[in-house]
Amino acid sequence: MSAEAVELRGITKRFPGVVANDGVDLAVHTGEVHALCGENGAGKSTLMKILYGMQAPDEGTIAVGGAEMHFRTPADAIAAGIGMVHQHFMLADNLTIAENVLLGAEKQHGIGRAARARISELAGTVGLAAADGSGARSAGAPLDMLVEHLGVADRQRIEILKVLYRGARTVILDEPTAVLVPQEVEELFATVRAMRGEGYTFLFISHKLDEVRAIADRITVLRRGRTVGTVDPREVGNAELAEMMVGSELPSPESRDSSVTDREVLRVEGLGLPDPAGGRDLLDGLDLVVHAGEVLGIAGVEGNGQTELVETVMGMRRHARGRVLLSGVDVSGLSTMARRERGIGYVPEDRSRHALLGDQPLWANRVLGFQSRPPIGRHGLIDRGAARTDTERIVADFDVRTPGIDVMASALSGGNQQKLVVGRELSGDPVLLIAAHPTRGVDVGAQAGIWAELRRARRAGLAVLLVSADLDELIGLSDRLAVILGGRLVGTADPATVTPEELGTAMTGATR
Amino acid sequence: MTAVARLRGAVVAPLLAIGVAGLLCAVALLVSGASPWTAVTTVLSQLGSGTVAVDTVNSAAVYYLAALAVAVGFQMRLFNIGVEGQFRVAACVAAIVGGTVVLPPVLHTLLIIVVAVLTGAAWIAIPALLKAYRGVSEVISTIMLNAIATGMIAFLIRPETFGELRGNNITTPPIPESGWFPGVPVGSGTIFGMVFVAAALGVGYWFLLGRTRFGFELRASGESTTAASAGGVNARRTIVVALLLSGAIAGLIGLPELLGRDHAYTLSSPQGYGFTGIAIALLGRNHPVGIALGALLWAFLDKSAVALDVVGIPREIVLIMQGLIVLSVVVAYELVRRMEQRAEQRRVAAGTPEPVGAAS
Repeated sequence: MSAEAVELRGITKRFPGVVANDGVDLAVHTGEVHALCGENGAGKSTLMKILYGMQAPDEGTIAVGGAEMHFRTPADAIAAGIGMVHQHFMLADNLTIAENVLLGAEKQHGIGRAARARISELAGTVGLAAADGSGARSAGAPLDMLVEHLGVADRQRIEILKVLYRGARTVILDEPTAVLVPQEVEELFATVRAMRGEGYTFLFISHKLDEVRAIADRITVLRRGRTVGTVDPREVGNAELAEMMVGSELPSPESRDSSVTDREVLRVEGLGLPDPAGGRDLLDGLDLVVHAGEVLGIAGVEGNGQTELVETVMGMRRHARGRVLLSGVDVSGLSTMARRERGIGYVPEDRSRHALLGDQPLWANRVLGFQSRPPIGRHGLIDRGAARTDTERIVADFDVRTPGIDVMASALSGGNQQKLVVGRELSGDPVLLIAAHPTRGVDVGAQAGIWAELRRARRAGLAVLLVSADLDELIGLSDRLAVILGGRLVGTADPATVTPEELGTAMTGATR
Repeated sequence: MTAVARLRGAVVAPLLAIGVAGLLCAVALLVSGASPWTAVTTVLSQLGSGTVAVDTVNSAAVYYLAALAVAVGFQMRLFNIGVEGQFRVAACVAAIVGGTVVLPPVLHTLLIIVVAVLTGAAWIAIPALLKAYRGVSEVISTIMLNAIATGMIAFLIRPETFGELRGNNITTPPIPESGWFPGVPVGSGTIFGMVFVAAALGVGYWFLLGRTRFGFELRASGESTTAASAGGVNARRTIVVALLLSGAIAGLIGLPELLGRDHAYTLSSPQGYGFTGIAIALLGRNHPVGIALGALLWAFLDKSAVALDVVGIPREIVLIMQGLIVLSVVVAYELVRRMEQRAEQRRVAAGTPEPVGAAS
């Protein structure tokens, strides 16, 4: 049998106090799609950074095609035929597809005709020129198109094209489906399978088990920095895989026992928000109602107005048209603080940007958003004692893993940060919680905890406006679903009957 | 435990930095042919002589006010370079008002102080509003207002407007004794009364930042405008209030000397305190105690220049020392900050039980 495309043996990487990788073994056959699974913090990213030359292992060896390698920089890895497509794309919007591919790789084939020929050849391979664009996705992008006009799926293909152009035969895909709707995922998988046929090797990082099982030839599971095992997806079920990942039963977001009342908490009427850049309106006559004890889930492809909807309801953006009513009172003209004081809790989609002060201790983060009202704010002063006491309560009740409340927020892991945020936003008895991607980038254990808290609060009569890209989360937690497209709600669905595929179709606007 | 660690960091970094700066200065002295030892003994022995100690405290108070003015802005990542202009305009206007009106003693002094505070705030109101409502960089607008301040003062103290010609100098009408701020005689010198105002202001600054809602919002905005706005902080109001506060404190900078020594604002009144304030705010890490120590050190080095001149050591060595201290302090703080951050992450990782809740 021919040498492995990539073989990592005994990789150990220690960070101060943490062993990120502890004797990890990983063997990827040439021409296979090999999935690397594990929850956040399991050591996937560290392992890939080592393979891609961004970090050096403390112990262990890397072999490519049977030859031992020592990568010091990503350039070394690229030279050995390993390319990585990061989760966050690194493309210049104001350049064309071809220019983006060439940028930084001018040495390969120059910048003239030879380069162009090679790019269009590879564009076919990654399905860029050949993409026939089902649904609303932009059809086949010519190489001279500006990247700014392209959708997420095409951008991803450009990223793959970039690494192929640089000579990669082994492609690392880091959470490639996180940004795609189900239809786009299928298209990506078709491309990956076709490229596998041409002899390319893929390392596919994900924690979405269904997708991993759909695409991978073999799956290696990491847990707490160690290899749990390598399995054949045809032989193991989802539950087994998940158990390998978390070492326990997979939590499910199901919450069917209805606690919906007919008391309106949030009513949004004809909300309109113009684009400051002068484009199409970001929100265009949007109406919705959330009742006490109800979770309204908003499904949609990112960038269709979810962020704007949430921030407008919070008063962080000033809308041009329409009204926002909280428990029957028009709050359209009120500030964010006034809305918070009236009982809106807010779990923003980007916790490090919108929810936390990274360089401040946990107890100071407890103050944020509550600085104006008892028990923490009194007559313009901050009651530090009350803040500290209540932070202790959140740490205990929400299982925030921290040595103390004087620790800086940035030192906590993502899951623990999010538990702190959810705990904070649920304090002070809110009547409405706006939760945007409440479990994004959170490990499975913390996810289960957050879901449980949301469900508990809902039973107690909280109204929840839930925006999420995780369709399972949406379907599992919501009492009603609404689909947002182009700044308006274009349809509703019953979470008891809808499938992720149907929802995905509605999100692209293909059927209505 | 954390508090102790943090305090250690806060003390170790500046001491380290001053040590390094001192060493580098010694090298500079050796290169220029002077003896570092002589320099050190000269500088230290001058403290006991004459009014050096009192002068140091007086001038430190001026620096302290300047640095507080800058630090209020720094808390919100607002860079008020215009402290210089604000303090000069405020001192000039306060001197004119003080020299013109007639009032009983305490009231007179109070009026001058209030006028200075309001003038400082008014001078920064322009950049503050531009920043809050039009997004104009406060760095640019405050610098430009410094230039305008110079012209404005020249206009105000012309003999044709409010000034008087005295010998070769142009000055504002002298403030009568009822408007002075009495000092405390110590040895052969006098500590300005405004020194105590500056100290009280330091306490107020500490209380404002650490204990009040506004202080919290100010620091939150400084660390993350996005998180602050999601947390209900009104960004515009915070910008305006922070800058007005900065300008108001800046308005006081000229008063210790105006009310305690000069009693008039002249063409040759001192300049540059606003810029020194920036360096000292950096040195003191915007902390009220740190700034106080920084201001004392700075003032002490200033006074050393004279003594060094006497023993034939170039006084420019003091400028070099001051510059080196600021540089090494900035570097040292950043190093210590990173080390602490790493230590904290290690601690959190070590103190955290298994990361995965096994079906709790």
